[in-house]
Amino acid sequence: MVAGWFTGEGDGFRLLGTRCAACRSVFFPREDTYCRNPGCSGGDLEEVPLSRRGRVWSYTDSRYRPPSPYVTDPELPWEPYALIAVELESERIVVLGQAVPGITVADLTVGMEVEVVPGVLDEDTGTTWTTWWWRPAGVAR
Amino acid sequence: MTADVAVLGAGMHPWGKWGRGFVEYGVQAARAALADAEVDWPEIGSIVGADTVRGGYPGYVAGATFAKALGWQGAKVTSVYAACASGAQAIDTARAQILAGMADVVLVVGADAAPKGFFRPVGGDRQDDPDWLRFRVLGATNPAYFGLYARRRMAVHGDTLEDFAQVKVKNAAVGALNPNARYRKRVTAEEVAASAVVCDPLRLLDICATSDGGAALVLSSMEFARRRGVADPVRIRAVSTVTPRYPHTVLDLPDIATDSAAGAEPAGEPFRASIARAAYEEAGIGPEDLSLAEVYDLSTALELQWYEDLGLCGGGEAAKLLREGATSPGGRIPVNMSGGLASFGEAVPAQAIAQVCEVTRQLRGQAGDRQVVGARVALTANQGLFGHGSAVVAVR
Ligand SMILES: [Zn+2]
Repeated sequence: MVAGWFTGEGDGFRLLGTRCAACRSVFFPREDTYCRNPGCSGGDLEEVPLSRRGRVWSYTDSRYRPPSPYVTDPELPWEPYALIAVELESERIVVLGQAVPGITVADLTVGMEVEVVPGVLDEDTGTTWTTWWWRPAGVAR
Repeated sequence: MTADVAVLGAGMHPWGKWGRGFVEYGVQAARAALADAEVDWPEIGSIVGADTVRGGYPGYVAGATFAKALGWQGAKVTSVYAACASGAQAIDTARAQILAGMADVVLVVGADAAPKGFFRPVGGDRQDDPDWLRFRVLGATNPAYFGLYARRRMAVHGDTLEDFAQVKVKNAAVGALNPNARYRKRVTAEEVAASAVVCDPLRLLDICATSDGGAALVLSSMEFARRRGVADPVRIRAVSTVTPRYPHTVLDLPDIATDSAAGAEPAGEPFRASIARAAYEEAGIGPEDLSLAEVYDLSTALELQWYEDLGLCGGGEAAKLLREGATSPGGRIPVNMSGGLASFGEAVPAQAIAQVCEVTRQLRGQAGDRQVVGARVALTANQGLFGHGSAVVAVR
């Protein structure tokens, strides 16, 4: 959907952020212009893959159809999906994402380990918009 | 500590879904505030409008829009946008002009005509806008964030759905007494539990609606108030408009991720708590001095969070404070005696001003059946999208 937010396939799929060479702050979505740490004199921002696994900080779902610019087919019945906020230990950051289809809030607990996998946001005849999904770790794909 | 400014007048347009334009709501609120202050519009030296992004171009230049509707009279004019903190920043702008001697008496106005259902970003394909991105990439509405905070409280502090419902029960009971509230019906815990889940664990009656509404204040120098024979006005003693401190480690609207704490240690004080602290410090008071508070209960669970962020109780103790009745009418520190957003809904640029209208009535002893007996010190608190702090301390 947005260029440079993730890369790779299968087990090699990773979210991409940037990291300040001076203070080691990590930014997601990527920050390519300047380091936002007020105590940092500013360093080069280097692309960095984020940890593949993290722990659930919190979660919720969306029982009503979100408005545009979220893309859904109004002809189809609304299928709720879960949203998971995931804490990545080494980056010390929390990243929000949709859960893989089929995972509901009943399958989740705060603190549970999840991993990032490639997903599909929406598609039309010409284009498939890809995204990232969170999935409970160790669940068969 | 800064000097005080006087609240000479407070006025509102009732909240609801009225189907009219924001200018009409704002003008009615302004006229009510002017009448309350016994000040004629041509006497106003400066008008400050809180902007609404839903009002088209007139909404972005709200100060001039309201001034034109009231009749051009040559006043200074200012328009401010800070999302939910717009009203507080409008008040702060008026206060700064008064304290700097640039104006004696200032009219502050905010009004909105909100869409039905979820708030959504304005149109276009805007990949550099975090508000657009969270909708496009995640479908993450405002209630989705409220759901995340609520679930987190349940996991960390053991809050229950029943605790959340009791916030709604409390606020609806006082909102039923407020003629400016949109919802004027008492609600039971059973009704909350029976309402549809919007964003787990929150239900329809846990979440505030979008509404139309308007609110206005007439603020003046203490000298102007004295000249008008108002010896003991309600006074604004502090306005907090602070930003978060890096790294902001609590996932917050409209962001997809927090700041990373890998390059700098977090301050240890979350953003909302820093908003309140800045207001307390400026006013030279503490939470123990408060007679009442108005907080932004976008959801029932978020009201509980504010109890802790305002220092009304320790971390994780909000549900206990609620259960004890401390934040109910007659309690140690009543919260949202207006009925809160639970009873009003959101009319974004008006709400922070409406909070000050409510505490003005309370501090004057004019709140009728909702009156907090002997109210002397009040705090209002909310938070604007994109890191805008907002709290006001008013005293009598
Ligand atoms: Zn840096």
